[in-house]
Amino acid sequence: MDLSAINPVLLIASLMVAATPLLLAAVGELVVEKAGVLNLGVEGMMITGAIAGFATAVESGSPLLGFVIAAVAGATLSTLFAILTQFAKANQVASGLSLTLFGLGISALMGQSYVGIKPPQMQDIHIPVLSDLPVVGPILFGHDIILYFGIVLTAVVWVVLKYTRVGLILRAVGENHDAAHALGYKVLRIRVLAILFGGACAGMGGAYISLIRVPQWTEGMTAGIGWIALALVVFASWKPWRVLLGAYLFGGVTVVQLNLQAAGVAIPVEYLAMSPYLITIVVLVILSADKSSAPAALGRNFHASR
Amino acid sequence: MIRLEKRPQPSRAWSMATPLVAVLATMIAGGLLFAILGKDPVEAIRTIFWEPLFGEFAFYYRPQLLIKGAPLVLIAIGLSLGFRAGIWNIGAEGQYIMGALFGAGMGLAFYPHEAWYIFPLMVLAGAFGGWIWAMIPAFLKVRFGTNEILVSLMLVYVAEQFLASMSLGLLKNPEGFGFPGSRNLQQYESAHNADLIAGSGMHWGVVAALIAVIFAYVLLNRHMLGYQIRLTGEAPRAARFAGVNPARLVLFCLGTSGMLAGLAGLFEVSGPSGQVSIDFNVGYGFTAIIVAFLGRLHPVGILLAGGLMALTYIGGDIAQSNMGLPSAAIQVFQGMLLFFLLAFDLLTNFRIAIGKPEVA
Repeated sequence: MDLSAINPVLLIASLMVAATPLLLAAVGELVVEKAGVLNLGVEGMMITGAIAGFATAVESGSPLLGFVIAAVAGATLSTLFAILTQFAKANQVASGLSLTLFGLGISALMGQSYVGIKPPQMQDIHIPVLSDLPVVGPILFGHDIILYFGIVLTAVVWVVLKYTRVGLILRAVGENHDAAHALGYKVLRIRVLAILFGGACAGMGGAYISLIRVPQWTEGMTAGIGWIALALVVFASWKPWRVLLGAYLFGGVTVVQLNLQAAGVAIPVEYLAMSPYLITIVVLVILSADKSSAPAALGRNFHASR
Repeated sequence: MIRLEKRPQPSRAWSMATPLVAVLATMIAGGLLFAILGKDPVEAIRTIFWEPLFGEFAFYYRPQLLIKGAPLVLIAIGLSLGFRAGIWNIGAEGQYIMGALFGAGMGLAFYPHEAWYIFPLMVLAGAFGGWIWAMIPAFLKVRFGTNEILVSLMLVYVAEQFLASMSLGLLKNPEGFGFPGSRNLQQYESAHNADLIAGSGMHWGVVAALIAVIFAYVLLNRHMLGYQIRLTGEAPRAARFAGVNPARLVLFCLGTSGMLAGLAGLFEVSGPSGQVSIDFNVGYGFTAIIVAFLGRLHPVGILLAGGLMALTYIGGDIAQSNMGLPSAAIQVFQGMLLFFLLAFDLLTNFRIAIGKPEVA
């Protein structure tokens, strides 16, 4: 075992990379849940985004286009969820599960000819002077554009939810859909838009795994990250900044665990690989005592009965 | 204008009919998918649904129907109890793995000793393995109010890692030339879950699945606990006033489904699959969720749905070897089925009215 082989600067830099798929998916789901909808299909939307983005990037040579198509794919899949829950009034838990099962299948189908291919690389940003600073440079100023996009998106979601009229309406719909309906807001339309937004974010998060973090395509490669993103929203008590914090914590666990594996720590690899899931459970237990901040209408379907 | 009117009572007729409508819709949508993949859609659907039952080699495939169907029914019966009460055990796959590991571990501990009591002990160990794994989310939910969906799911990934560690370590076959995976239980007579009638596919897992169906039917229709489960699902507040103890219900529903999933894992590892290996699990725990819904969370319905789902597995295999249909296509097909079922359920709870709403 050689712990000195672990470079703290690289560790923090790769922590941010590991956290980004989680951050994107969780911020999207946060908006969905704020609107009062519980979409358990994050894993399915992520894996669909992962293959759609991967295939697009390979065929077009443009990783950026890959991310755009991944967002479209995630949103498209979430449309199915929107139809099921908002128009067919199906149970949200069951619909979310069906989305995940369907997404895992369709991604495996689409991905068959892409196994073992390397995607085109996303260029890291290089800012003169700043990127060359010791320590701070590689940690903060040497990443790809999507990583920064994730952080900016979190900030935007925070501002919109907290300070704008749109955010107020969205939260009203999530807290009390009957009251929001009585005030004349289109509950279903707002929820559908939130679901589409969540789908697009999850799709991009998936593409980040297949294009940047891993970069390759294997079946079922999201390996529960979508579910961890769902747990993260609970962890964050539905607050955007805490999603960011949580994503970095989980990213940290993942990266440290991988580094320990590489350094040949005496613990078997499988037990290290379990740790992100076990820590998710522990965190859920600690935080589940406080449910006060959950949107009141979360998981309840709305039907305007005259 | 098309409007939805909530039915005062869910329609019984539609409740029975939606699974059939969903299967038909899936066949059409699946056919389209196969056509996109460049396969003859009619031929593909016929291969999946007809070939295993009445085709030339049906004598070989019919036993397979029992082998694939039994674990699905066993797991889905357990899940349906919880689903009815709004207790969502999504981690049956993990409980299935743990049941297999505990059961196989028990059998292998006796190797090479032969005795009549080894297999019953393995059954107990398998049930215990699944039960204890399900008790983790159950306990955390009861004690701390933790979300059982996320915890049971996280435990699937933990169990998968545990399985890998076991097949590389403790349970590895010492005579296996260093390959991962345990001894083959099919070659260890006292631990082998063999066909009860040779070549019929009828092993102890099938018997257990049938017993589970009857048990669940009696429980739901003739027993106080079953009544409490149904009441909690339909009217949680009323259930609380009626003196239902929610904690006890959570422990019972999760425990039972975990136990049944563990049994399914044990019967699989000691019978059809034969050994603990890294990728021993094939997603029965997830497919069983579809089976439970397709069977309307009703024991008899689940029996039928399990058969249908087993058919798509076997038919899918045939279509894969005869027509080169990718194996993932069947997974999509199964996902679609659940999707259409949930969509058509609209007709159970709502009436579609055309025209302007009457002004009251």
